[in-house]
Amino acid sequence: MSWDLVANVVVAGVLTGLVYGLMALGLSVIFGVVRVVNFAHGEMMTIAMYSAVLIFGSLKLDPFLVLLPVAAAFFVFGYVLQTGLINPFITRPEHTQFMLLIALAIIMTNALLMLFGPEARSVQVDYQLESFELGGVLLDKVRLYAASVAVVAAASLFAFFRFTLTGKSIRACADNHLGARVVGLNVKRLYGLTFGLGAACVAVAGCAMVLLVDVTPSLGPYYTLLAFVIVIVGGLGSMTGALLGGVLIGVSEALAGLLIAPSAKSMFSFGLLILVLLLRPQGLLGKRS
Amino acid sequence: MTRSPVALLAALAALLLVLPLFAGSYALSVATLILYFAYTGQAWNVMTGFAGQLSLGHSLYVGVGAYAAGALFYHYGIGPWAGLWIAILLCVLMGLIIGFLAFRFGISGVYFALLTIAFAEFTRIGFDHLDWLGGPGGMFLKVAQRDQIDLANFRGPPVMYYYTMLAFAGGALALCAWLLRSRAGYYWRAIREDEEAARSLGINAFRWKMLAVAISSAMTAVSGVFFAFYYNNLFPEQIFSINRSIELILGPVIGGLGTLFGPILGAAVLTLLSDGLTDLLAALGWEIPGIKQVFYGVVLLLVVMFLPNGIWPALAKRLGIREAEDR
Repeated sequence: MSWDLVANVVVAGVLTGLVYGLMALGLSVIFGVVRVVNFAHGEMMTIAMYSAVLIFGSLKLDPFLVLLPVAAAFFVFGYVLQTGLINPFITRPEHTQFMLLIALAIIMTNALLMLFGPEARSVQVDYQLESFELGGVLLDKVRLYAASVAVVAAASLFAFFRFTLTGKSIRACADNHLGARVVGLNVKRLYGLTFGLGAACVAVAGCAMVLLVDVTPSLGPYYTLLAFVIVIVGGLGSMTGALLGGVLIGVSEALAGLLIAPSAKSMFSFGLLILVLLLRPQGLLGKRS
Repeated sequence: MTRSPVALLAALAALLLVLPLFAGSYALSVATLILYFAYTGQAWNVMTGFAGQLSLGHSLYVGVGAYAAGALFYHYGIGPWAGLWIAILLCVLMGLIIGFLAFRFGISGVYFALLTIAFAEFTRIGFDHLDWLGGPGGMFLKVAQRDQIDLANFRGPPVMYYYTMLAFAGGALALCAWLLRSRAGYYWRAIREDEEAARSLGINAFRWKMLAVAISSAMTAVSGVFFAFYYNNLFPEQIFSINRSIELILGPVIGGLGTLFGPILGAAVLTLLSDGLTDLLAALGWEIPGIKQVFYGVVLLLVVMFLPNGIWPALAKRLGIREAEDR
């Protein structure tokens, strides 16, 4: 096996991993602030991917161009979902919340199945097969663009939480729920905004991902699990952890696909999840609470 | 006013015992399916409903149980009654390993649920690569003559499967009723409500949680063995999938988590309604894949929103029936 091949696979893994990371970032932000585990995360991702497919099919618009409108729509969807449906559940027992989101996940996956059938859908742009060469390593154009979009989106989210007043208020809610209410923050609204932002992350990740893989409804549960693996490996609630976890999982899946068998690749992820849960439940980058 | 559920239960048992006399083959298969979900839901309920340890990976025990007994029959011709014990042994062993790791390392809540999913998924992909068990192409048990009952190899007409499942479901109900009134049942509920407080009263939470996992995995193993010999084909993709784990817990969650009759009522409501719906749609000429699952999702959503304790506690209150377990 040549080093060129390994280098190519690793680079592709890093680039795909950044998109995974953005998806997981959404889950991590939602959990970190609202303390709700979004069991419908991957399903939302597939809805974003199908939206990109539909728009491309009808308007011939490149998914990278429709990324912002789709993200805006998802933001609204997330906000409405949180304020309308999930907020009453935040004081209820954990398993009731899980069941609520599992119900949403079941409905989303199977509604997609009803609408689009089980066949794989994809988007074919005219630069799909083009690539840049960099010192013997081939960078697929779509993969590079997708990863760049993911990095830009993640950086904007970091900046939002760091520099804007709303971002700071959201962080205040996460740090101290009661304190945030005492100083007069509208916690429920901020929860809505947070879920909206998480959903927007997923939308951007979905629009980018649709150029890298074909989408089927059954991809939803798979992405949900993948997002869980990534945020737990990176540290639930840690934003950098989610991105790095995404890259780690992207590379390890790519290498496992090359060295062992493509079908065994997620076995590695789940093995890693089990080890991290047992040995370092706060995640590789998470802080011990 | 409180009534004992015994009279209701006796009427239900009598009805179920004579059901094959007038039910057609389709109705019988639906009834078998309901009993199967009632039984498996009961098994899951021991661990999650009674002891409060949320498992979202129970398909692991169904799959391992099914494959253990299935493989013994497929490769060596060993009947399910011997295979059953191997299946139970393997599942209890796996349950205890997972429980030991989780409880010793202090994993609870969502982390525990994810750990159970991770083990089930890990095993699913592992089984995909085990050629001895057929791999992703599946394992097919020989389907014998259906008209005569061969109890040793568990081959026979649908009515045999029906009565077997009825016996299992009845047995599980009796076992759970006894468990709830036993020392274990009280300790489990104490741990479920507040583990710290339970431990401060001297309850060895680790040991009792392990017992719950062992009983639950053993019962689920039986469900797997039944699955193997009822459907005769096993695919890792299906039997270990997260969707199956979710499907198994819908009954008890909808019926009433931690209650005795919840799993039975939930299984019946869900199966009857969804089959009725699919029949209705089929009659209208709409056969759309996924519609049944959307329906499951909507029912789950409505129950979680409006009857968070499940249908049974609300119904029991209306009927004036008091169950041993009041959540």
